[in-house]
Amino acid sequence: MNFPTEGLTIPTEITTTHWASWWGGVQMGPPDPILGVSEAFKRDTSPKKMNLGVGAYRDDHGKPFVLDCVRKAEALIASKQLDKEYLAIGGLGDFTKSCALLALGADSEVLKSGRNITVQTISGTGSLCVGANFLSRFHSASCDVYLPKPSWGNHTPIFRDAGMQLKAYRYYDPSTCGFDFSGALDDISKMPEKSVIMLHACAHNPTGVDPKPEQWKEIADLVKKRDLLVFFDMAYQGFASGDIDRDAWAVRHFIEQGHNIVLSQSFAKNMGLYGERVGGFTVVCNDAEEAKRVESQLKILIRPIYSNPPMNGARIAATILNTPDLYKIWLEEVHGMANRIIKMREQLAANLKSEGSTHNWQHVIDQIGMFCFTGLKPEQVERLTKEFSVYMTKDGRISMAGVTSGNVGYLAHGIHAVTK
Amino acid sequence: MALLKSSKIISTVGVHPPLGVLSIRASSWWSEVQMGPPDPILGVSEAYKRDTNSKKINLGVGAYRDDQGKPYVLSCVRKAEAQIAAKKLDKEYLAIGGLGDFTKACAKLALGDDNEVIKSGRNITVQTISGTGSLRIGANFLSRFHTEARDVYLPKPSWGNHTPIFKDAGMQLKAYTYYDPKTCGFDFQGALNDISKIPEKSVIMLHACAHNPTGVDPRPEQWKEIADLVKKRNLLVFFDMAYQGFASGDIDRDAWAVRYFIEQGHNIVLSQSFAKNMGLYGERVGGFTVVCKDAEEANRVESQLKILIRPIYSNPPMNGARIAATILNTPDLYKEWLGEVHGMANRIITMRELLVANLKKEGSTRNWKHVIDQIGMFCFTGLKPEQVERLTKEFSVYMTKDGRISMAGVTSGNVGYLAQGIHAVTK
Repeated sequence: MNFPTEGLTIPTEITTTHWASWWGGVQMGPPDPILGVSEAFKRDTSPKKMNLGVGAYRDDHGKPFVLDCVRKAEALIASKQLDKEYLAIGGLGDFTKSCALLALGADSEVLKSGRNITVQTISGTGSLCVGANFLSRFHSASCDVYLPKPSWGNHTPIFRDAGMQLKAYRYYDPSTCGFDFSGALDDISKMPEKSVIMLHACAHNPTGVDPKPEQWKEIADLVKKRDLLVFFDMAYQGFASGDIDRDAWAVRHFIEQGHNIVLSQSFAKNMGLYGERVGGFTVVCNDAEEAKRVESQLKILIRPIYSNPPMNGARIAATILNTPDLYKIWLEEVHGMANRIIKMREQLAANLKSEGSTHNWQHVIDQIGMFCFTGLKPEQVERLTKEFSVYMTKDGRISMAGVTSGNVGYLAHGIHAVTK
Repeated sequence: MALLKSSKIISTVGVHPPLGVLSIRASSWWSEVQMGPPDPILGVSEAYKRDTNSKKINLGVGAYRDDQGKPYVLSCVRKAEAQIAAKKLDKEYLAIGGLGDFTKACAKLALGDDNEVIKSGRNITVQTISGTGSLRIGANFLSRFHTEARDVYLPKPSWGNHTPIFKDAGMQLKAYTYYDPKTCGFDFQGALNDISKIPEKSVIMLHACAHNPTGVDPRPEQWKEIADLVKKRNLLVFFDMAYQGFASGDIDRDAWAVRYFIEQGHNIVLSQSFAKNMGLYGERVGGFTVVCKDAEEANRVESQLKILIRPIYSNPPMNGARIAATILNTPDLYKEWLGEVHGMANRIITMRELLVANLKKEGSTRNWKHVIDQIGMFCFTGLKPEQVERLTKEFSVYMTKDGRISMAGVTSGNVGYLAQGIHAVTK
């Protein structure tokens, strides 16, 4: 019997042997740095283990939380016995309109003049991917995307796989665990014209460090002077401060200042729709005519990726956004989630103090949104995981959503142990 | 100076707004973006919607309709949805590769329960965004890892979206003879002839059943010869199976070619869609499978698929996969599903027979046998573009320019009118 080896033709009389392998050269790839944390957590048998890896909200019992407004919306939708016909390439109209309205605000001149095109996407990642591909294809003036340092890990492969070049600008200051404002301005002032600059609209991921409004104003001015294309990533609207208008302030300010931005939105966190994959991608154009041209090209781009987006989550989001009672409940629930996070920050800082820690943990309270950049070094993170079964990403980022009144004491204990 | 007072500036590319004017919009980023053409298939539905003729028929998109011309949500789907709703499940992210209960059942459906591939764990099957999402993942995977060849050979003709899928993924498109316009059937000799010349290690795309757009499938003995020749040529087989169950009404029969190739030792890649056979269109349910040498290789391939998928959409949508998994894994629902798929396929077959009978009654002397011989949702009528245009303009019958009609849009109520129109433009 002949053993198949790559490249050799198998004699035709042997018809049941496995064919030569196509994938002999495929290497085992590394696990995802963020999702890999959850996998390691699952394998741990310690009863005190804590998963502070993925940014998915948990209630005060550490359980996933499906919003009440979501359940109500689902019941409404189920009672209508709707069909399952394909959505348009750009998605559900009732969703995309309200998605844009949520981001830009009811008074937005952009919406009134119809100079935005907003398409439904596969949550935030899908939105960024469509955006990156659109820029790669149509923003011929520059291949460079400037990410804040640090940024969400997945930004890099998204833009790289789309054919863009990744660059960075200073953002996080490890000596203060805060915003390196002058460093950012300095780097932005040197960016070549027409480069793309990525800005996190609120609740910066992974640091939780956001610019103050007066700082945003200066950034907006400088970005305009440098003639940069602004790409806003807004994955946490409502989740940062608890107020959806406050969290969208930077996006709206830039638009008012004349920036024709591109914008990614996600409803994974603020509506708890994670696995339903609900998001939007918006291009703010010069006028409605340009928006139509851009729309036609977005459709041509999307069709060979997935044809049209998934319906279920968009129907839920549209129902909530367009039904006043549900919208009201949603605002309260978002506020509630944000408040619980803020409380956990306060409790963590307080517990660290009562543990006897002499470090300055003010940044735990000052940072905003789901994540906290603790300032822990990789060796300290490793100890925290090995000795205390506290799982987090190597960069020292913890998801505050995984902290509860029940485990915050244990967490403080562990953090103090590895940092004293 | 008057320009500064105006709140609108006529933007020109590359002109910087004066620094003192902070409220004027920056010059446009997108002035060079051209208006693109509408999608050839989806554009048909849009034109249909605008038509006010009460007799209009939409034979464009391949979405099943019942005999009243209405969209059809399967009963097993409604039952599955009720079961899922009762469980009050959370909405946590699925794994990058999707819902395990779905991917396992998806692979079993294609390969058969007792398939040696599944037993030895040498397949990796990931959940994808229906068939398109599956093909795109596959195309990207081939582009990145199948370095020996850039060429993908599509049958002539193939589904229109195949071309941009592979092109945008960085592959080169080629074609092999497939459809014979003289017979409205399979050009078997032409296909073998072209395949025999395809350079080794090239990728060959095969439609597993119910070829789109022609409805023309090879017969089993022809598939066998193709499988032999493809092996001699050492080609990488990419099967697109969007209609399992929908073609003959029997899910095993429709998967026969896929299973045969695997038995013959081809380590194929396979795209599956549940849009048509489960009516889950807008829920976007599909699978992508790589049949590997062994489980160790499957693990390596899986790791790379995840790395590829994560920057496209992170993880797939849960709802449709839960529905499909529930149906595939619940014996009662599975049985009901098989009955409903059979029913849909049968209605299509009945409409084919009715259409031919009506054409005869109209007095058409042309040979319309291909309407009955072709299989699946589509029928390649043989109509020329001018005839299609007349059919649309004079009779409000909407179809794609290549003469393809979706039999799913034909009902016992409109088949007579359709025959009338077709006869009128072809006599």
